[in-house]
Amino acid sequence: MKSISGIPASYGIAIGPAFVFDRTEIVIETYSINDPVAEWKRFEEAREKTHQQLDEAYQKTKNDCGEEAAEIFNAQKLMLEDPELINLVKTRVEKDLANIESALYETAESYAQQLEAINDEYISARALDVRDVSSRCLRNLLGTTDSPAAALRTPSIIVAKDLTPSDTVLLNKDFVLGFCTAEGGSTSHTAILARGLGIPAVVGAGTDIENIQNGEDLVIDGDAGVIVINPDPVALKEFSRRQEIFYQLRAEAEAITHQPAVTTDGHQVEVVANIGNVEGVQTALDAGAEGVGLLRSEFLYLERSSLPTEEEQYQKYKTIADAFGDKPVILRTLDVGGDKDIPYIDMPPETNPFLGVRAIRLCLSRPELFKPQLRAALRAGYGNNLKLMFPMVATVDDVLKTREVLEECRDELKKEGYDVAEEMDIGIMIEIPSAAIMADQLSEVVDFFSIGTNDLSQYTLAADRTNAQVAPIASGFQPAVFRLIKGVIDAAHPNGKWVGLCGEMAGELLAIPILLGLGLDEFSMNPPAIPFAKQLIRSISLEHAQRVAQTALNLRSDSEIREYIQKMVPEVNIG
Amino acid sequence: MPEITAIIYHKVGLHARPASKFVQTAAKYSSDIEVTHSETTANAKSILSVLTLGANKGAEITIKAEGEDAEQALKALEQLVLDNFGEDE
Repeated sequence: MKSISGIPASYGIAIGPAFVFDRTEIVIETYSINDPVAEWKRFEEAREKTHQQLDEAYQKTKNDCGEEAAEIFNAQKLMLEDPELINLVKTRVEKDLANIESALYETAESYAQQLEAINDEYISARALDVRDVSSRCLRNLLGTTDSPAAALRTPSIIVAKDLTPSDTVLLNKDFVLGFCTAEGGSTSHTAILARGLGIPAVVGAGTDIENIQNGEDLVIDGDAGVIVINPDPVALKEFSRRQEIFYQLRAEAEAITHQPAVTTDGHQVEVVANIGNVEGVQTALDAGAEGVGLLRSEFLYLERSSLPTEEEQYQKYKTIADAFGDKPVILRTLDVGGDKDIPYIDMPPETNPFLGVRAIRLCLSRPELFKPQLRAALRAGYGNNLKLMFPMVATVDDVLKTREVLEECRDELKKEGYDVAEEMDIGIMIEIPSAAIMADQLSEVVDFFSIGTNDLSQYTLAADRTNAQVAPIASGFQPAVFRLIKGVIDAAHPNGKWVGLCGEMAGELLAIPILLGLGLDEFSMNPPAIPFAKQLIRSISLEHAQRVAQTALNLRSDSEIREYIQKMVPEVNIG
Repeated sequence: MPEITAIIYHKVGLHARPASKFVQTAAKYSSDIEVTHSETTANAKSILSVLTLGANKGAEITIKAEGEDAEQALKALEQLVLDNFGEDE
């Protein structure tokens, strides 16, 4: 039995065999062949297999993410059957007696480079597809597994260095019991995915997990952030017991999750969901969400090769907003740049992308990107409770400029004869320290605030949350962050504006008593956290929370605050 | 060799889905088909070559075909471009 510590990223206990997700690079050897006919036959077989795989990928992506996103696999099929490409490869094999792997690799690579060199975002992004499809075909030629994900056939705990969205799209979620990764923090893709799925995860566990073998027995303790390899029978029994209690508590919390979150002394707060696509609507409603505090609009822009049209956006926003009826749905406008990149949006590389042209800054500089989204939102908000929220606002000027563009869109739409939302609430994310500091003035030009603790912490502590070495410093539990949050709430309330929080922190049970005590009005979190959060809020009094928050604000460190809350509010300990 | 000239109105140009549809349509005919844009010529049945033309919205393209079904091929491709590749915007 051996234990490794990491960052707890998603609650619960998982017990099962390890599935080591290892993405190996393919190695292409170059050699001469004597039988070009046989060599060509190998290519035809590999191509046929690749075709089948692309068809499957198309179907799967179509079911998961819609036809638009799936379309890319059809384009890849056309590339694989491209007569020019095939002729060039054929010449290399028949005339130069090159082995098929090197012939295909070189030809595809030369096309990829040609496409890359074209100064057009759509076309240069296709270089990726040429490489992707050729490497898929090369893997088939070499007999290496297509994606490590394909080998997952029994319920397992996924062990990986780190996982990208493209890795995880292929994982059969029914077989994923939990995640542990060597890299990443509590806001890494793996962590967010695990919370979205409601399964345990431990991330940032370091290189020690590279020694875990496929099939080895593992326990993931997502509450404590511990990975246990080959647990002994006594430990295993204890983990099984805790796992049972956890699921029982979860069942209890879920049973009454549709009731409001009211403290023992009668103070009600709003508990809403963070969602990232149309499919998230039902999950959020089932979990007891009283609306959507954060609708990430990025889903419309990812996994595709061109910008979504206004009409497409309108349809999706309307579907989501209508599903919640009178309940609020807060649409956050495009938040890319920084660590989030979209291949077909030309974003020149920056030395400091987190401090560069991202989110609202990018949108304000590209009306062709921004206006279709605003127009779609204004149209979609007619007859429901859709609200708009802007990310990465640093100054009052940012808000004024954004409002100008919004009014321009509204006027245009009216002239064009569309029904538009006349009074749509406008809010901003508070994620830059300057915005927190200027909250009094900002609250005069917006209708609400939503605090984004992930970015607010990293900017306040000057610690990159994607850098494992400093990520722990960028904790939302730093007293500095809580003090900023208090300042924001105290500045907004006198102006009659409400304050929400949509960072990962809103769903963290340890943080809830403090946030409640500071006067937070709205808690927006991933749907699986909602039943627990509501249960916790129902079990404490506002008065107690206020006292606890007051003391916490005067503690010195992240860990002092955590310990203090654990002691003062025992209800936060689950499982 | 019969030829036609057309203008791309689709907002992404002759890329992405429009390019796929264009190539798939051309592939239905046995004739040799070429498409030219600003002095570069590509095999209309080759997606990779068509993409490298970089024909954006508003681009003028010339399509030439040679073979038994050349007339039909040109007609079909012209119709596809006129129909905005079958996509509403």
